[in-house]
Amino acid sequence: MRRFKEKLSGRIFFVLALSSISALALITVFIVAKGAPIFVKVGVRDFVFGMSWAPGHGEFGIFPMIVGTLSVTLGAAVLGVPLGICCSIFLTEFAPSVLKSVFRPAIQLLAGIPSVVYGFWGLIFVVPFIRDRIGGPGLSILAGSVILAIMILPTVIMISEVSILALPRQYKQNALALGLTHWQTIRSVMLPAAKSGIVAAVILGVGRAVGETMAVIMVLGNAVALPKSILDPVRTLTTNIGIEMGYASGEHQQALFATGIVLFILIMILNSAAQFITRRK
Amino acid sequence: MRKTSPAISFLTICLVCLVFASSCGRQNADVIVAGSTSVQPYAEILAEEYERLYPGNAVDVQGGGSAAGITAVQSGAADIGMSSRALKDGEKSLWSVEIAKDGLAIVVNPQNPVTDLTLEQIRKIYSAEITDWSEAGGTRAKIHIITREEGSGTRSAFEDLVMAGGRISAGAIVQDSNGTVRQLVSSDKNSIGFISLGLVDGTVKAVSLGGVEASAANIENGAYGLSRPFLFVCLGEPEGRARQFIDFVLSGEGQRVLTHEGLIPRAEGAVK
Repeated sequence: MRRFKEKLSGRIFFVLALSSISALALITVFIVAKGAPIFVKVGVRDFVFGMSWAPGHGEFGIFPMIVGTLSVTLGAAVLGVPLGICCSIFLTEFAPSVLKSVFRPAIQLLAGIPSVVYGFWGLIFVVPFIRDRIGGPGLSILAGSVILAIMILPTVIMISEVSILALPRQYKQNALALGLTHWQTIRSVMLPAAKSGIVAAVILGVGRAVGETMAVIMVLGNAVALPKSILDPVRTLTTNIGIEMGYASGEHQQALFATGIVLFILIMILNSAAQFITRRK
Repeated sequence: MRKTSPAISFLTICLVCLVFASSCGRQNADVIVAGSTSVQPYAEILAEEYERLYPGNAVDVQGGGSAAGITAVQSGAADIGMSSRALKDGEKSLWSVEIAKDGLAIVVNPQNPVTDLTLEQIRKIYSAEITDWSEAGGTRAKIHIITREEGSGTRSAFEDLVMAGGRISAGAIVQDSNGTVRQLVSSDKNSIGFISLGLVDGTVKAVSLGGVEASAANIENGAYGLSRPFLFVCLGEPEGRARQFIDFVLSGEGQRVLTHEGLIPRAEGAVK
């Protein structure tokens, strides 16, 4: 009886796990089936490297959006990653336990704020600040990068913190016993040892930035042109789908699904990179 | 066998009730109206008024856009589709009726000294031939053009009425609703945008077009040319509750509601 129960519970969990995987398979098949016709019609090269996006005139080039995605993501990484890593070092090495008990929940809370709230805050505070103090229309790569940098902070901080905490205690003790100062220990022993975890943290953070839609729709300006400076508005792959799906039909809709395929591939590359790096110890 | 916890049994009961409630609700089929987000706010007001006058008859108004509304009618997902543009050739077989006209206002920030633009100037601004306000009668500053997303009824009306085959500059900022365009124009003093005339309020300034003020009266007498029809679309001649709702919208009472909200009553006048 007991063995039967064991077996049964195993089967039940297997079926449940299968259902989540099949959801992934269904979504993939659906997106590819819906988006592939436009690749066939326009050609993969003209779709990915095309400069003009005008579905009403039969032009489907998403290159400006790929540039948009990469520039905003890069901006977010430049602003958010150093901040996040420094924050995790502070939390693991320097913070007194009182501060730790304030910081940790606060950072977790940061992860729980809905993206639309970030976007709204960006639209009301960040965008006018850039417009009035720095120039341009305010809706820009810079505004998007600032918002995304804040949004990826929790991911970067929490994962790098875990990877620093997971280091064997001897590393630090030995380094200190050899006469290194605390900061030297962190810089030349602990950070290199935790490197793979920190890189994974950065890649997961970047993946979050690439996939974010709602917040950036509100602050990026969504123009489909190659940006000349970080004060120009751009459109990312996600916002292209988000902003146009309501009205799209026919080929236009297929082109949006095809945008989804490109995005899917981009994120898959990022995630496999993260897995590859964390496994290679 | 362990006893099921009270919380779980409570949840199960809730779920069962919910399923029953929703299936009961479905029997009393509501009229589903879907489509253009430009027409949606007016349709919601009409639905409220209609439900007040005819208690027990619910009208469910959904957005989605003109194209989605027409598709929903064709597939039977909606009883009535809302369109903020004239029907295209492939859609002409559907039954449609104009419920009102809407003006398209070209809006700028109230601080902008520009109060009048010609159609030619607007076209040049949107195609990025004119990029500085000083070339259009304003003070020296770069123009921030704001447009709607590809596929929007308001955008296609603007392209037909103003752009005359020309393209809107790719560098234009794109927003996905009348409300966000208005919000941006009200906060950026160098911006220009286009929104539904009925939605112009104190936060933005509608420019006049070659000396003709953007007003309902000027649209009715044809002096202000930027207007578009708001349509209700059905698969065939509407019947039953859908017919009743459309009749209400076209009646004197319905048209009064629309006029009050800033739209221009349909040219044919109210039907009995």
